[in-house]
Amino acid sequence: MADTATAPDPAPASPGPEPRRLAVRKTYKLYVGGAFPRSESGRSIPVNSAEGAHLAHAARASRKDARDAVVAARAAFGPWAARTAQLRGQILYRIAEMMEGRHAHFVQETVDAQGVSEATAQDIVSAAIDRWVYYAGWTDKIAQVLGTSNPVSGPFENSSAPQPTGVVAVLAPQDSPLLGLVSVVAPVIAAGNTAIVVASERAPLPAIALAEALATSDLPGGVVNILTGRTAEIAPTLAAHADVNALDLSGAGDLATELESAAAATLTRVLRREPSPDWHALPGLARITPFLETKTVWQAVGR
Amino acid sequence: MPDTATPAPAPLSPAGGNAALRALLDGLPGVDEAGVHARVADLATRSVKTTAKAHAIDLAIRMVDLTTLEGADTPGKVRALCAKALLPDPADRTVPPVAAVCVYPDLVPVAARALGSTPVGIASVATSFPAGRAPLEAKLLDTRYAVAGGATEIDMVIDRGAFLAGDHRKVYDEIVAVKEACARPDGPPAHLKVILETGELASYDDVRRASWLAMYAGADFIKTSTGKVAPAATPAVTLIMLQAVRDFRAATGRQVGVKPAGGIRTTKDALRNLVMVNETVGPDWLDPRWFRFGASSLLNDLLMQRAKLTTGTYPGPDYYSAD
Amino acid sequence: MSDRPRPTPRPAPHPGPDSPSTPAATATATARPASASGALVYAPAPESRAVVSLRPAYGLFIDGEFTEPGEQTMTTVNPADEEALAEVATATEADLDRAVAAARRAFDGVWSRTSPSERGKYLYRISRIIQDRARELAVLESLDNGKPIKETRDVDIPLAAAHFFYYAGWADKLPFALPGVPAPRPLGVAAQVIPWNFPLLMLAWKIAPALAAGNTVVLKPAETTPLTALVFAEICQEAGLPPGVVNIVTGAGATGRALVAHPGVDKVAFTGSTGVGREIARTVAGTRKRVTLELGGKGANIVYADAALDQAVEGIVTGIFFNQGHVCCAGSRLLVQESVAEEVLHRLKERMARLRLGDPLDKNTDIGAVNSSAQLARIQDLARTGREEGGEEWSPSCELPSRGYWFAPTVFTGITQAHRIAREEIFGPVLSVLTFRTPQEAVEKANNTPYGLSAGIWSEKGSRVLWTADRLRAGVIWANTFNKFDPASPFGGYRESGYGREGGRHGLEAYLNG
Repeated sequence: MADTATAPDPAPASPGPEPRRLAVRKTYKLYVGGAFPRSESGRSIPVNSAEGAHLAHAARASRKDARDAVVAARAAFGPWAARTAQLRGQILYRIAEMMEGRHAHFVQETVDAQGVSEATAQDIVSAAIDRWVYYAGWTDKIAQVLGTSNPVSGPFENSSAPQPTGVVAVLAPQDSPLLGLVSVVAPVIAAGNTAIVVASERAPLPAIALAEALATSDLPGGVVNILTGRTAEIAPTLAAHADVNALDLSGAGDLATELESAAAATLTRVLRREPSPDWHALPGLARITPFLETKTVWQAVGR
Repeated sequence: MPDTATPAPAPLSPAGGNAALRALLDGLPGVDEAGVHARVADLATRSVKTTAKAHAIDLAIRMVDLTTLEGADTPGKVRALCAKALLPDPADRTVPPVAAVCVYPDLVPVAARALGSTPVGIASVATSFPAGRAPLEAKLLDTRYAVAGGATEIDMVIDRGAFLAGDHRKVYDEIVAVKEACARPDGPPAHLKVILETGELASYDDVRRASWLAMYAGADFIKTSTGKVAPAATPAVTLIMLQAVRDFRAATGRQVGVKPAGGIRTTKDALRNLVMVNETVGPDWLDPRWFRFGASSLLNDLLMQRAKLTTGTYPGPDYYSAD
Repeated sequence: MSDRPRPTPRPAPHPGPDSPSTPAATATATARPASASGALVYAPAPESRAVVSLRPAYGLFIDGEFTEPGEQTMTTVNPADEEALAEVATATEADLDRAVAAARRAFDGVWSRTSPSERGKYLYRISRIIQDRARELAVLESLDNGKPIKETRDVDIPLAAAHFFYYAGWADKLPFALPGVPAPRPLGVAAQVIPWNFPLLMLAWKIAPALAAGNTVVLKPAETTPLTALVFAEICQEAGLPPGVVNIVTGAGATGRALVAHPGVDKVAFTGSTGVGREIARTVAGTRKRVTLELGGKGANIVYADAALDQAVEGIVTGIFFNQGHVCCAGSRLLVQESVAEEVLHRLKERMARLRLGDPLDKNTDIGAVNSSAQLARIQDLARTGREEGGEEWSPSCELPSRGYWFAPTVFTGITQAHRIAREEIFGPVLSVLTFRTPQEAVEKANNTPYGLSAGIWSEKGSRVLWTADRLRAGVIWANTFNKFDPASPFGGYRESGYGREGGRHGLEAYLNG
């Protein structure tokens, strides 16, 4: 940052060689209900960079962790949906601010995860931050754009308003671990839903970095819950879970048909994956409407 | 929220001042306009044909208060009206007489002479009909004059100004006073019908409140309108008043009659009213003692429809007296 | 008119000076004075059947023509008297192949090249012909379904015509249908499977938006109510609709399953049970097919203590007894605030006693026949469960016809959320009554179901109505009314009541690609 760059050197170099300071490494954990627990199973998966170098261990969430995340998301849903639309927007904008503050960190995570150049990573991180800003602006416009006043025949006031569907299980894209992730999570919560996100299996670390930004924004715990581990292990539990209202199959890969079929048991809404999504493109409402219900209210009018 | 939606057990004579009376009336369940209109429309689809229609037409004739309330009314006009009331169709003596004639107080003696001891009642509007804008003393004098002249029924108007101004106590006290004025030293008191003039009230909630107020104060009948204000007896208002008498009887044990007046001109209108009575309060009210039509031109339409049923052909209006 | 009643013998028809009995005196003596005249008995008022001319047997409607009925047929009966009405073909897989192929040809060759405004004009024509043939369709619907003529005449048929009229106007305004999508595209061939409770109306809900958006359709009416759909096929011919744009294939569940699974369809729209809806959602998993489902419900009708009680009682009756309770959005759970529960029940029972059950073609009938023996058995089974679980059952005294499928309007009290009849959709004239103490509790109980289609709120307090509506998890909420429908009003549920909306602008989303 500018301040640091122009600051004078700190204390003069010490006379003798001191032992080099040992870095404090980060433990990558799950993000559930606003806390950072390890998997209840005690398991982890090794995470390598795009080049194959070992980076860290990430928690390997179990089916039980997935169910706990559903409980956390359900508990958070009512209060989150009840926040005023503009307040939700303010909180999403705050997430963008938090990411901006950690820009360099996200760039490093992206370089490691995707093996892209630093310049490309810069673009990706900027786009991810801007995506939050984009959706921050949507929260209090969704109802105005999608809601309708319905001119029915009879002495009734009738209007339809979009409402969040509830708890959404999101299988984040496998190959775009930061921008893709933000692109699928932000619209879900902008609309007032809460999310359980299964991070990119191969590159989960940016998701945990995002969780850290979320935890330090004003986002209430449980609104976004992030699981790392094996998609094939966790996703079926989420797809079939009766308290999950919708399922985003973006990162489902070959599991998509099986998961959609499992979701049918409780009529869970399903957003199928796009063949080759361009995560840089302006998303519009396409990822918001699948997670909305339309509530129509008739009211008798009279003196 | 109120503990119970209907004040029960309801005192027949609510004690206390205006505030207590208003609190009592405001505790009544509200009336939803759209719902009332929907119910009325639903009941209007009932089909009353053939035997049911014949029965209903005769019942409706027996429920008519044959009315003339014009500045130009004369003794001759009233005598003609009385003749028609007794024998609505001189060509068909199976037609029953109507329930009563309804005239201004000064013409009551004329009607009394014409009707004598026949079963047709003599109703008189009183209390400075139709506006009711006179001092109480004048209203009582008006009433006593009509009763003394032979009126068996008094159709009074409430003080709508007082009602709309929130002075329910004044309305109540006036009805009580008029009721007392209906007493007759030589016989049973005249039967009191209280006209709410619903077309001047603010809402259907008011129609229900005014109905209960009149019943609390001793009305024998509640009546929709004077016929001088539009709208008069709309089906919606009649339905709400029927619900009020039903609920009042459930709460107090006292049965009160209902009289829609004004705007009921055709047999179809009358049958729709009878269907409402049938399906809202039931057979207990399907009787001239408990349900009346305040009308004038209705009678001829009933007669024509009756003749159509009897003879199979539809007669023209010139076959019936224009009185 | 020999049976004409004579005027009641007189004395005075009213109390006058000659009569000792004033109303007040009578009323004091007896709370319910005997009536001199008795109830008004409505004479039978049957609508004429002559307006309907049925063929003995119907084939399928494919590519603009009726096929020969063929070997495999089924009989559709009048549920009010169990008389056979007509033989109807059962579509085979080969028939479906031909129907889907015809729809595809029409989509590629004609319909997608028809200008939007011309498409709209076809729909306007169809709407007008439905109006022209309204009485015929109403009587036929009543015969085939068992519902009262007053409902087919005043609700089903006029609303079906209104739906076509409404969506006709959308055909050349599709750039305004999806926000942010200036040039939406139709999906292609839509497979549509509809239920027996509102046969022609459900057809209209499906076909009108599909055609307006530029799709072609293959529609399967319900096994027990195919006749108005087949008359609709004639209407398509009469309207000059290009062959193949609308295809009607009759049959039972197997035909429906095969149609939904047909690889040639791009879109599946289904209205029916949640069980079948699940099956369809599984069938389309992993395909390109878009799907909308309108499924079951267990609607709560919430009556607050400050409700306009007379109108609330009407709303309760409309909510559960309209169309014999064969309504997915029926208000089958009455949630009444405990402080007025007794009074509401009293009024409700009095009102139910005035419901007229009988000949569906009689203009004064309120409750018609149950649509099929199978449905009757299901209703009877659930009512038995209600009794076995300790519910208190009440019905007005009401004579059921000896032939046909009938079930008296019924109310169960002493019911809690744990009772099966408070949780399962009965799809019949059976109301479960539960009580609540606070608005919070009302909302919790209303939402305590896997369904989420409809709910009702009765209160004179506007802010409480809005507070409640905001918290109910239901796609359609009626405040101080119930079971109202309009082509401009989106309809559809949350959760296991299905997904997607029909009606209004929202109804087009199901038939367009962004």
